[in-house]
Amino acid sequence: MKDLNNKDNRKLYLIFRIVASILMVCLAASLIICMLDMPGLFSSEHPGENIVAERYIESGIEETGAVNFVAGMILDYRAFDTFGESNVLFAATICVMVLLLVQKPLPRKYRRKKTPDAIEGSDSDSSKLPECKEYYEELREEHEIEPKRIKNDVILKTVAKFAVPFILIFGLYVILNGHLSPGGGFSGGAIVGSGFILASVSFGFDKMERFLNKRSAGIITFVSLMVYCLAKSYSFFTGANHLESGIPLGTPGNILSSGLILILNICVGLVVACTMYSFFSLMRRGKI
Amino acid sequence: MDFVMNFPFFSIMLCMFAALATFMLGRKAAGIVAKAAISITLIMSVVLTAWLHMSGESFVYMMGHFPAPWGNEIRAGELEGIMAVFTCIIALLSMTTGKTSIRTQVDDTKQNLFYLITCLMEASLLALIYTNDIFTGYVFIEINTIAGCGLIMIKNTGRAIASAVRYMVVSLVGSGLFLIGTTLLYSITGHLLMENIFDSVSELFSDGSHIVTLTIITALMTVGLSIKSGLFPFHLWIPDAYAVSIAPSSAMLSGMVSKGYIFLLIKLIYRVIGFEVFKETGVFDLIFIAGVAAMIMGSVSAIRSEHLRRMTAYSSVSQIGYIFMGIGIANDAGMVAAIFHIITHGLTKSLLFMSASSFTGKKEDIRIRDIKGMGHKHPVSSAAFTAAALSIVGFPLFAGFIAKMLLANASFGEGYKMYIAICAIAISTILNVIYFFRCIINLYAFGGFEDKDRENSIAGGDTAKEEAEFLPTRYERIVHGVSVSVLAVLNLYIGVAPKLLTSILTKGLNVFN
Repeated sequence: MKDLNNKDNRKLYLIFRIVASILMVCLAASLIICMLDMPGLFSSEHPGENIVAERYIESGIEETGAVNFVAGMILDYRAFDTFGESNVLFAATICVMVLLLVQKPLPRKYRRKKTPDAIEGSDSDSSKLPECKEYYEELREEHEIEPKRIKNDVILKTVAKFAVPFILIFGLYVILNGHLSPGGGFSGGAIVGSGFILASVSFGFDKMERFLNKRSAGIITFVSLMVYCLAKSYSFFTGANHLESGIPLGTPGNILSSGLILILNICVGLVVACTMYSFFSLMRRGKI
Repeated sequence: MDFVMNFPFFSIMLCMFAALATFMLGRKAAGIVAKAAISITLIMSVVLTAWLHMSGESFVYMMGHFPAPWGNEIRAGELEGIMAVFTCIIALLSMTTGKTSIRTQVDDTKQNLFYLITCLMEASLLALIYTNDIFTGYVFIEINTIAGCGLIMIKNTGRAIASAVRYMVVSLVGSGLFLIGTTLLYSITGHLLMENIFDSVSELFSDGSHIVTLTIITALMTVGLSIKSGLFPFHLWIPDAYAVSIAPSSAMLSGMVSKGYIFLLIKLIYRVIGFEVFKETGVFDLIFIAGVAAMIMGSVSAIRSEHLRRMTAYSSVSQIGYIFMGIGIANDAGMVAAIFHIITHGLTKSLLFMSASSFTGKKEDIRIRDIKGMGHKHPVSSAAFTAAALSIVGFPLFAGFIAKMLLANASFGEGYKMYIAICAIAISTILNVIYFFRCIINLYAFGGFEDKDRENSIAGGDTAKEEAEFLPTRYERIVHGVSVSVLAVLNLYIGVAPKLLTSILTKGLNVFN
């Protein structure tokens, strides 16, 4: 950062701001011109109302088996885009892990042949290296902003005890009914994830860690993305080679219908829920 | 339908699967899986390109059970094939050469994440190259941006994170502009598939309606993509990002990531907006001017910088200027020259970063005057560095010479652009010579070089042992040497026998629209 008290730099900064404002005004003006030029959104001459939208609406149900057109569109017609989208989430999780996962190297004097896994593996090695354990304790205190035990949050705990099950069930409902009603994997997963976050805030991370830790979150993300990839690869491959996919579509409106969409919704929901929770956990204390 | 036609789809999916697998593996296994996946992708891409070159056609591949305007599809022609081959080569060699940097500069538990990000990056780049749908392009641009951030900040130092943040902010502005352009284009054409947009745009253009909107859309998308690839006025994220991150990351970022966006821009010109319409909007002139400015200004900044990797990064700015100038010439020959330079510059610049990594060692960067005498200590890396430098300068027998010659040839008969282009190439070449020969002379100079490592090892003690941890092992040295030699030989091969590559590019461009 340059020193702003310097007169020259301040002048430069001013010029920079003026140029930036002019650019912004130009951009805004050009976008407004575009808006004025554009055909009306609900007019019948809108170019969006073409063969593409027509087929989605008219034969969407019989071709995909999903009553919810949007689910049919994003998970069957344009599945490759959604496949990319779920990988965006995966990439984001990985990048947050790269950035926030706390993994300090041991100080040189504690270093042996093998570096013990910094925090998790401390218990097994602690007997051999007592000074190592102290160091890990320091690390823990340094990075865990969260107090070890939440003592007086009776109200939060009581409310959460009632609310969390309902939030989770509602999230599962949204995921499982993604092909029948508005919602689906992305929104339902966000609801489930926020339920996990509420639980971890009110009952503490230690209790959450019993079933959602780095290992299990990793396995859930891995398995669901793998299933997603395999299912979509199968359907892309058969589609492109003009083979029958052999997946029954079922009766539209039933819970077990619409072919792969239900499975994909579940996979996406699990990935989103784990992603939400791990973002929170990583930002709160540097590990999942 | 031939089985070969499945290869683009296989290669995208294979890289995705490899990315997922490395998530659950340890660092060694992750490295093996990632390298194996990208090698197989490389083989498939080579076979695909050879097959397309024989048949001289292109094909579209349906992703799913629904044909194109409803479902997604990907397209493969010779241009796509050769781009895929070249990205695979760079990704693979960056991983093999970067072994030492990954081992010493990345935390133990995060090393598999490096391979994961590399696979994800390769998959998204392949999808970006093969896409035939503008929205699919946008989705994979997003993955590319996020993975690029990951590549920079995997080093986990303060400066790396700061430059990753800067990269992300600038890059997101670029994606935002591209997204705005996409939505506007959808509102006036009603399509997302490239062919359909092309038809409706040419119809709109011949009707004379929405001309202003079309111009604005073209400008927005072009500016967005050129921000992401680091064209001159938007290049300020480049030096930090390339100079601070670990060597394989900078090799990949400079070699293939920024090039993917330029390829998408070329696809946009030919397959979405249409070459004639694009020419009418006047955006070509804008690109041309920015390219020429980048060629000069990038080189000037490179001369002014004192550090080796920072200088190389600034040289990237000037080379990207060459590519954009080739596009801005606005004829087919210029486009062939630009794609040729995408490939040569990708190979050369990644070679520079890879070989510079053995001079810098565990340090982030090294002053140019401190590399004095390194040529005798690291003979293979120095030879590779010299080859790459000569190639960038445009020395005959190297690939860069052919690229510059094609660019100059393409500008003939283009009026005022010819004079500007040839003057800019001449000036920029002289500036390139100034800063690269300074490095080469320093590399092979005698005297002034102190072997600090040896002094330490003689002095003995703990520091020497700890230093030894950061030095490459014998195996890593051999792999590094072989990889940089492969790249240097490839560079020389393209320089000596450019016929094959140019014929592939020319034929590919003919079937592009």
